[in-house]
Amino acid sequence: MTVEISGTSRRGFNLAMGTLLAAPAVVLAQSKAAAKPLAGQVVKLMYIDALSGLMAPVGTNQLKNFQFFAEKFNATNPAGVKFEILSIDNKLSPTESLNALKSAIDQGVRYVMQGNGSSVALALIDAINKHNERNPGKEVVYLNFSAVDPDLTNSKCSFWHFRFDADTTMKMEAMTTFMKDKPDIKKVYLLNQNYSHGMQVAKYAKEGLKRKRPDVQIVGEDLHPLAQVRDFSPYIAKIKASGADTVITGNWGSDLALLVKAAVEGGYDGKFYTYYTGVSGTPTALGENGAGKVYQIAYSHYNLPNPVAAWAREFKDKFGDDFYTLSVLRIYEMLGQAMYNAKSTDPVKVAFALEGLKMNSSFGGEVEMRKSDHQLQQTLYMSVWQKADAKYAYSPEKTNMTLAPVAEFPPYVSSTPTSCQMTRPSL
Amino acid sequence: MEFFTISMLNGISYGLLLFMLSSGLTLIFSMMGVLNFAHASFYMLGAYIAYSIAQIVGFWPGLIVAPIVVAVLGALFERYCLRRVHKFGHVPELLITFGLSYVVLELVQLIWGRTALEFPPPEVLRGPAFTLVNSSADGMHFVFGAAPAAMCRAADAAVRIVCSPFPATRGFMMLVALLMLLALFLMLTRTRIGLVIQSALTHPEMVESLGHNVPRVFMLVFGAGAALAGLAGVIGGSTFVTEPAMAATVGSVIFVVVVVGGMGSLAGAFLASILIGVMQTFAVALDISVGSVLANFGVTATAGTLTSLTISQVAPILPYLLLVLILIFRPKGLLGTREG
Repeated sequence: MTVEISGTSRRGFNLAMGTLLAAPAVVLAQSKAAAKPLAGQVVKLMYIDALSGLMAPVGTNQLKNFQFFAEKFNATNPAGVKFEILSIDNKLSPTESLNALKSAIDQGVRYVMQGNGSSVALALIDAINKHNERNPGKEVVYLNFSAVDPDLTNSKCSFWHFRFDADTTMKMEAMTTFMKDKPDIKKVYLLNQNYSHGMQVAKYAKEGLKRKRPDVQIVGEDLHPLAQVRDFSPYIAKIKASGADTVITGNWGSDLALLVKAAVEGGYDGKFYTYYTGVSGTPTALGENGAGKVYQIAYSHYNLPNPVAAWAREFKDKFGDDFYTLSVLRIYEMLGQAMYNAKSTDPVKVAFALEGLKMNSSFGGEVEMRKSDHQLQQTLYMSVWQKADAKYAYSPEKTNMTLAPVAEFPPYVSSTPTSCQMTRPSL
Repeated sequence: MEFFTISMLNGISYGLLLFMLSSGLTLIFSMMGVLNFAHASFYMLGAYIAYSIAQIVGFWPGLIVAPIVVAVLGALFERYCLRRVHKFGHVPELLITFGLSYVVLELVQLIWGRTALEFPPPEVLRGPAFTLVNSSADGMHFVFGAAPAAMCRAADAAVRIVCSPFPATRGFMMLVALLMLLALFLMLTRTRIGLVIQSALTHPEMVESLGHNVPRVFMLVFGAGAALAGLAGVIGGSTFVTEPAMAATVGSVIFVVVVVGGMGSLAGAFLASILIGVMQTFAVALDISVGSVLANFGVTATAGTLTSLTISQVAPILPYLLLVLILIFRPKGLLGTREG
C-alpha cells in the first residue's frame, strides 16, 4: 500500500519534519561517516547477460538476485556505498556482449558483471583488457559470477577479472573425489555443450577419473550445440545403447532441463553427475523422477543455514523464483569490503584491494580471492536430488524435492594450481 | 535393436511434425507462388495461443481452437496485406511475409514475454504410449503404456533386459500428422473445393472465367496452410518448448524440406520431412569422423582439426548441406515437377 500525499502537503510535512529532525540527523550522519568511509557514494554495476532466448529464465533470475541483494547490502556494506544495478541483454552472444560493454562504458559504469557462457566471458575479458590499457583513469572491473572456463584464470587470466564461482577444474576435482568412493560407477558417458565450457568439463572429467578411478570406462562422449537442441531423445537413445550407468554433464539451463526431461521420458535410469541441477527449469523437468540419482557439484546448495535460508525464502516470497546463484552474495560482500579497505570506489584501487582478500562469507566459512589468478577459493558441496523432508526442506520450483548435501569439500580439496602470469598496472 | 527402433520412431515422429509444417508452406507456394517466410511464425502463434487457451479451459479445446484462430489470422493477412501487394509481383510479396515474421516475433515477446513458457501436455499424454521390452532371453516385445517394473528387472543376472518407453506425446504427434495427411489427400482429390484448388494451381484464369472466386480460394488456402502450421505449433510447443525462438529454429528447416522435396509437391514434402527427421536423429548416433575413417587406412590426423569432427557433432548442419547438394544436383527437388 502506498499513501498518496499531495505535493503541497508533502512539502509542508517535510519542512516540519526537517526542523524537528535536523539536529539529531547531523549527529547521525557524522557518526555514520566515521564508520562508513564512502557513505552515500553510488556504485553502478552493469549486468550483461542473457535476458532473452532459451537461457533467459536463468539470466532474469540472476538479475533479480542482484537487484534483491543490492537492497540488502546497501544497508549493511562496511563502505557505505549504494549499489545500483543496470542491465543489458546480450542474447548469449559474444558480439552483442561487446556492444553492451561499450554502452556500459559510455554510461560511465566501471563495474560489469557477467556469468552465463564462457564464450561470452572470453570475449569480454579481451575487450576489457584492451579498453583499460587504452583508457587509463577509466578502467573497468569484470566480476564474473558464473563462467567457469579454467582459461579465464589461467592462460587468459587478467588483473581486471575476478571469478566468484569455482572453475571446472575445481568442481571436477571435488566431483571425482566423491566418485572415488562410489564403486557402482563403472561406465561413464560424457555429454556436454559444444563450446569452451562443455569441452573443458569433458577434458577434466576424463583426466580426473583417470587419476582417481582408472577402472572406470568412458563409454561415450558427445558435444551438442549450445542452447539449440529441443529434443534430446536421440542422445538418450545413444546413451542407453552405450550401456553407461553414469552421465557426467556440465549442461545448464534448457540444455540440462530438456536432457533430463528426455531421460525421464526415454526411461533412462542411470545416474547424472551435473554442475547445475538446481538452476531454473531443471527441477521442474526432473519432478519426482531421478530421486537419489541426480547429483550436483557446486559452491552452494538449497539447504544452507541462515542467513542464506531466510534470504532464499524472502526472495521466493517476493519473486516466486529460487535463489541459486549465491556468488551474488560474495560479490557484494567482497566488493563492499574491498571498497572499505581501499577507501575508494575507484576500480583500480578496488581491484588491488580485492586481490588476496580473505573474509568470512555469509555461508561456507572463509573464502579467499587468490591473488595469483583472481579465482575465489571456497568450500564446494556435493548434493543429491531427493524428497524434501524436515531436515532438508527447501523445495525449488514447487517440486516437493530438494538438493540435499551429501559431501562437503573444504577449499584445499578442490584448490587447483594456476599457470596465470598476471600483469598488474602501476598504482 | 531397441536403439534402432526407438531412434527410428523418434526420427519419424520429428519428420511428421516437420511435414505438418511444410505441407501448409508447400501448398501456399504451389498455389500462389509465394514463399511464405512467416510460415513458422504461424507455428509459433499456434503454440502460444494454445498455451493461453490451455490456461483457461485445458489442452484439448486449445488443440481445436488455436489452429482456427491462426487460420483466421492467416486469412486476414492474405485478404488485407498479401492481396494488395500481389499486383506488384513476387518480390514485394516475399518481403511482406518476411516483415510479418518479425512483427509476429516482437508481438509474441511483448504479449507472452521473452522466456520459455511451461506448456505441459495433457495428463493422458504424459506417460509412455508403449514400452519396448528387449530381453536377451526371449527377444523383443511391445507393452502398451508403461511396462510394470517387474518386467524390466531381470530375475536372472545373466539375462539383460532393456525397457525403452516411447512417449505418448510423440505417438500423438504421429497420429495427428497422419490423420492430417489423410484428410488433406481426401480433400484435394475427392471434394469439389479440392478440384477447384487443384485447377487454380495451374490455370487460375480459366477457373476464374468459369465463375469461381479464385482470390477467395487463395485466401482459404492461405488460411488452411496457417492452420496446419498452428496445429503443428500446439503439438510441437507442448512436446518440446514454447519460446520465442521456436519459429526461427524450425523456420529454416522447413524451407529445406520444401526445397528438397520439390517446390509445391506435397508428396515430396512428405518424403523430405521423413528423410530429414530420420537423418538428424541417426546422425546423432554416429561417432564416425573423417579422421577415424582415415585412421582405418593408417593415416593419423592431428586432434582438434576439422577431420576429428564426428557426424554427431555436425548433425545440426546436415539438413542445410542436403539443401545445397540438392540445389546443385537436382534443382527441382526429389519429387518436384518444374525447374528452379
